[in-house]
Amino acid sequence: MALDNSTIHQTLADQFATAVSDFQQIHDILTFEIDSNAISEVMLFLRDDKVMRFNFLTTLCGMHFPDAAEERQFAVVYHMHNWIDNVRIRIKCFLPASNPEIDTVSDLFASANWQERETYDFFGIIFKGHPQLKRILNMDEMVSFPMRKEFPLEDGGRTDKDDRFFGRTIDNC
Amino acid sequence: MSDLLLPPELRYAAIIEKRKNEDGSELSILNLGPTHPATHGIFQNILLMDGERIIDGEGTVGYIHRAFEKIAENRPFYQITPLTDRMNYCSSPINNMGWWMTLEKALGIEVPKRAQYLRVIVMELARISDHIICNSVLGVDTGALTGFLYVFQYREKIYEIYEEICGARLTTNMGRIGGFEREWSPLAFEKLNILLEEFPPIWREFENLLARNRIFMDRTINVGPISAERAISYGFTGPNLRAAGVDYDIRVMQPYSSYEDFDFEIPVGKSGDTYDRFCVRNEEVWQSLSIIKQALAKLPEGAYHADVPDYYLPPKDEVYHNMEALIYHFKIVMGEVPVPVTEVYHPVEGGNGELGFYLVTDGSRTAYRLHFRRPCFIYYQAFNEMVRGQMLSDAIATLSSLNVIAGELDA
Repeated sequence: MALDNSTIHQTLADQFATAVSDFQQIHDILTFEIDSNAISEVMLFLRDDKVMRFNFLTTLCGMHFPDAAEERQFAVVYHMHNWIDNVRIRIKCFLPASNPEIDTVSDLFASANWQERETYDFFGIIFKGHPQLKRILNMDEMVSFPMRKEFPLEDGGRTDKDDRFFGRTIDNC
Repeated sequence: MSDLLLPPELRYAAIIEKRKNEDGSELSILNLGPTHPATHGIFQNILLMDGERIIDGEGTVGYIHRAFEKIAENRPFYQITPLTDRMNYCSSPINNMGWWMTLEKALGIEVPKRAQYLRVIVMELARISDHIICNSVLGVDTGALTGFLYVFQYREKIYEIYEEICGARLTTNMGRIGGFEREWSPLAFEKLNILLEEFPPIWREFENLLARNRIFMDRTINVGPISAERAISYGFTGPNLRAAGVDYDIRVMQPYSSYEDFDFEIPVGKSGDTYDRFCVRNEEVWQSLSIIKQALAKLPEGAYHADVPDYYLPPKDEVYHNMEALIYHFKIVMGEVPVPVTEVYHPVEGGNGELGFYLVTDGSRTAYRLHFRRPCFIYYQAFNEMVRGQMLSDAIATLSSLNVIAGELDA
């Protein structure tokens, strides 16, 4: 029998009570939130449970919401896939701006290793317990986290390029 | 501080210091890349070697990182395709189509059957050109240059077809929201038919040249193997996973663009080594050719794009003579198109595996967040585990059979 969304919802709610919340179907994927302290526990359950069988971590990425409340400014979004029943889920973990820290899942899925490094590199989200949390795509000397919304796309100090000549102002670009 | 956080050369220097042999010989560090002809792309591997044997290694990537995810947050939706071109530049049309399909899913646009079939044709052409490069370059890295030069002219022929469809060759920027920018010309179909006629015997010959070749088999069998369990844990998808014996293919698991209408096989290997990866890709080319033939035979009549004036640029003649067309043209070009607040994840079977687009919109003219699931980036981290204990020349063969494309790796 194929795994349906209500089973996933019910099982997780029974198992983890308040740590999981906000279940909703967005297009073709069931999306829900997990309390950031419970991520490794829930992922281990999702991977190893005989009914859930989410054997594959498709992708994980960071998000930044500078306008949200302080404790929800960062998020890590995980996509998992059950290859046996062919079901995908999307898991969101919100993190506070002052201390964006979450447990690593690289011990559960080897593929998370570099993806967590990438998320750290671009958002400054700290993955606790990660074996090698250092920058991966940007240079080691970099001090900022470029995918945060406050980081400008272009260097504001450039003198070789005057935006006025291109019809651009700070309001329209 | 963990040892792994140190630059690899410092870490290895300490190991070399500790492990001096009695006869005075010692381990050495080899810097493979970033611009080494055998890596076929800009990435560096710092290897700790015992003579010719690899003891450990660490990959350093990011040499051609171009911040695509950041740029995508600052561009209107139709300006994101050129970014996708430059990821896996060996099969750009798959990336282009994957992006349009993601957007169509977010906007709820139904693409006409004809456009879907045309997309399938162009995506399979892209897969063929991708596999031509990977397999023939694997031949080069094991010492057979002839096959490479021989089949490469057919990649050129495929590029001529792209040129006929969209005007570009390598970075195609093909398609529009809802379909294609124009109907395929008769010449495009003519070139396609010539390719379908001429290419199979050439590919068969190339296969015969390598597949049962003693030297090639000795150089590739049991080289860089990976088990199915490790491959899944490492996030392998596509031909590299199928070589390890797992029949996971997005075209079958979650058919998009009418793939369910076609009859094709998913080739799988057994041991996940370089030879199996070669064989899987070889067979996939045959399957792609068969899909293209089926799509051409069943190609329905109809429109080549969806009727979505909000997103699809009107013909230029209409813009000059028709008020509504002018308004739509202006709004699309200025990026003032209605976009719902939503989030979608759409995977396609790229040349190297599951190419996914995770798009989050906030109703504005740009993406709030666009994350690319780049198969190369995810599976390349297994490289060191795969080559540990192997010879240096085997590492080169493993690397080219993984088909790591630097553009996709670094985004």
